[in-house]
Amino acid sequence: MVLVFLATGFLTGCSRRSDRADLVIINGKEVESLDPAIITGQPDIRIALTLFEGLTRYNAVDAQAEPGLADRWEISPDLRTYTFHLRTNGVWSTGEPITAEDVVYSWLRVLNPLTAADYAGNFYYIKNAEEYNTGKITNASEVAVKALDRSTVQVELLNPTPFFLELCAFQTHVVMPRWIIEKHGDRWIHARPLPSSGAYELLAWRLEDRVSVRKNPRYWDAANVQLERVDLMPVNSPATALNLFLTKQVDIIWDKDVVPTELIDLLKKRRDFHVFDYLGSYFVRFNVTRKPFDDVRVRKAFALVVDRQRITERVTRGGERPASFLVPPGLPNYQSPAGLGYDPGEARRLLKEAGYPDGKGFPRVSYHFNTSRSHEMVGVELQEMWRRELGIEVELRSMEWKTYLRAQSELDFDLSRSAWVGDYNDPNTFLDMFMSSNPNNRTGWKNLDYDQWMRKANASSDPAERAKFLSAAEALLVRDDPPILPLYIYVGFNLFDPDVITGLYNNIRDEHPVRSIKKRARSTARAGEGNP
Amino acid sequence: MYFLKRLLVLPPLLILISLIAFLLVRTAPGGPFDKERKPASPEIERRLLERYHLDQPLWKQYLLYLKGLSQGDFGPSLKQRNHTVNDIISQALPVSATLGAAAFLFSLGVGIPLGFYTAARRGHGFELAGSSLALLFVCVPALVVGPVLVIVFAVHWSIFPVALWGGAWHMVLPTITLGLYFSGKVARLMREGMLTTMHADYIIAARAKGLSESAVLWRHAFRIAVLPVVSYSGPLLADLLTGSFVVESLFQIPGMGVFVINSALNRDYPMIVGLVLVYAVLLLVLNLLVDAAYTWLDPRVRYD
Repeated sequence: MVLVFLATGFLTGCSRRSDRADLVIINGKEVESLDPAIITGQPDIRIALTLFEGLTRYNAVDAQAEPGLADRWEISPDLRTYTFHLRTNGVWSTGEPITAEDVVYSWLRVLNPLTAADYAGNFYYIKNAEEYNTGKITNASEVAVKALDRSTVQVELLNPTPFFLELCAFQTHVVMPRWIIEKHGDRWIHARPLPSSGAYELLAWRLEDRVSVRKNPRYWDAANVQLERVDLMPVNSPATALNLFLTKQVDIIWDKDVVPTELIDLLKKRRDFHVFDYLGSYFVRFNVTRKPFDDVRVRKAFALVVDRQRITERVTRGGERPASFLVPPGLPNYQSPAGLGYDPGEARRLLKEAGYPDGKGFPRVSYHFNTSRSHEMVGVELQEMWRRELGIEVELRSMEWKTYLRAQSELDFDLSRSAWVGDYNDPNTFLDMFMSSNPNNRTGWKNLDYDQWMRKANASSDPAERAKFLSAAEALLVRDDPPILPLYIYVGFNLFDPDVITGLYNNIRDEHPVRSIKKRARSTARAGEGNP
Repeated sequence: MYFLKRLLVLPPLLILISLIAFLLVRTAPGGPFDKERKPASPEIERRLLERYHLDQPLWKQYLLYLKGLSQGDFGPSLKQRNHTVNDIISQALPVSATLGAAAFLFSLGVGIPLGFYTAARRGHGFELAGSSLALLFVCVPALVVGPVLVIVFAVHWSIFPVALWGGAWHMVLPTITLGLYFSGKVARLMREGMLTTMHADYIIAARAKGLSESAVLWRHAFRIAVLPVVSYSGPLLADLLTGSFVVESLFQIPGMGVFVINSALNRDYPMIVGLVLVYAVLLLVLNLLVDAAYTWLDPRVRYD
């Protein structure tokens, strides 16, 4: 066996690398899967959306929904029924027409309990979807997504859902090739040719090496796709990613995980380094089921002594925005209420009222975070603030990733570092997390008023009224009965030379469709700079 | 007969190893499907566990695993969900093995001459220089050697690629990074072996017979002095062929090393057990080969 492996190793391992793709992108860590139904990670999603498209797609500039496989739609006056019309020139990369049946099949596949799709919840806005996904009904045809004819899809929603068109561009809602999935089962993504409904088709995927895609000439918008072959590479080490970029072997690094943040001060001076506002929030969870954090006064006291500016200036240093609220700014029709600011006097008063004057008699508590230098440094800053202002000693506990996740979901913590990245441009993607029954709540916090505001907001069809309800909910979350302590709003980072790469726009969703990226030859790009 | 017996012990030994690995990986807190973002309903999580039989009692899970194993099936990866463990190993092992074999040849190619001559030229300036070099190789970890080589030879002088896996040119820096430590270790073993052997009776006898110094060193001393290196080679080769996390991450090489570490972090149970088994097979087989090499090198060794 060893000899066979060795022999094949010398044959395959030593064959020459084929020539460079038109565009090479470092896409983050290796993807878990390319099956749009089951993926959850951002690197996976970026590739899946290159290969497959839904009824809508993300606009390259601001990541809002724009027509995709459907070129138009009607929305009923009560905002609960959507009727989509597929474009007549929508075909698979292998030539077959894309039909309304394909859409219905793809959506129901994600909802099928046997698929066990993590993101099936994205469909729960549709009538009977949750019931089918959780096995309460077994007949898929009861889910309110129907093919009215070959090119018309109708969907009935439970509530007016202002972000529904955006969900239709999400990876869970893309159109997948039924006949290939039925033939190959779990291994369908390995079928070649793999029919794609998006701008590119899959050429090859070698783990820890690259995913190679080629322009799909049959894509309805192929005329606006410039680059013929694109490689998306996983890289494990941020230093290696930067070396590859600096030696021009890659054109773009677009995943935060592989940008060497310890070099942030140097990188910020570079013209090819880009910082932008991002739809992500960094906060601390309190475990409200345990003493002493079951007392809202204690939670407030902990929040009131945190100097957020110090954390973003000393630790993260990427231009993050200190925030006393959870929902990042930049969402349409929404403004977060201010949360608890810096007021150590009030904090000490609340702590005294709760029975711990100057921190006396305060139980031993610890702050959990997953092992990482920057999380640890945030922890050290917080520890010092709590010690200095409240006289409370908080123990820092660094935990391996899965251990940390398990502890958090089992409420086995006092204070736990947390973060959340939004899925769509609406506050709901942050706020529904803290509804009593949401599995991502993970604080033990149940506030019936909060649930009520959220339900009212989501039933409302008036954007202004909806925003008012959402804001009332968020005020409970960050000011009046906080189960969390918000710290800052993330920024996104990427690296690309703006003289060479165009069509890549930074937006809060960190969404950059490959189809719109264009590249100028380096020589012509440089010509303008020329000699004096 | 002896070797046949040892071969027969292999299958039960491997089953035992698989059982231990299977149980050990499950003692770690957290599971393969614990994520920062939980699915909208606990029912989804339950289905996911059911799909991979993780809801079954442990003994049943293990029997299912053994059943697959008997057909050469290591099972599905719970992290790389479009790939089976077999897919991943057959993609990654040849890469690691290629790099490992090159690093192995490099360690022996540098280590043996270095050790041999520092022992043969005692008192010479070369001895001090050679021994210091070997010590340096052993003391500086790949974590330091790799980035230094990359900065000097790839970024600054652009002689070699900074990373990635392609032609022979891509292999140079990773091979040195991976092999340097072991070449120092081999050099020290070789030197020790030589120093001990030089005082043995049969070397004194050979010298007394008036053989030339090079004949004494090469024909008589070397064969015996190299034995510690040979016995070290078995486990060394098994280590090198199965990949190194540090070197593969640094050079972004699609080998096994990255999977060895990540599968544990991801609680990818079938992947961990599969990798342990591959490593065990290599180690056991290579140790067997080492013992066979002993009988050939040292006529005094006999297995009955």
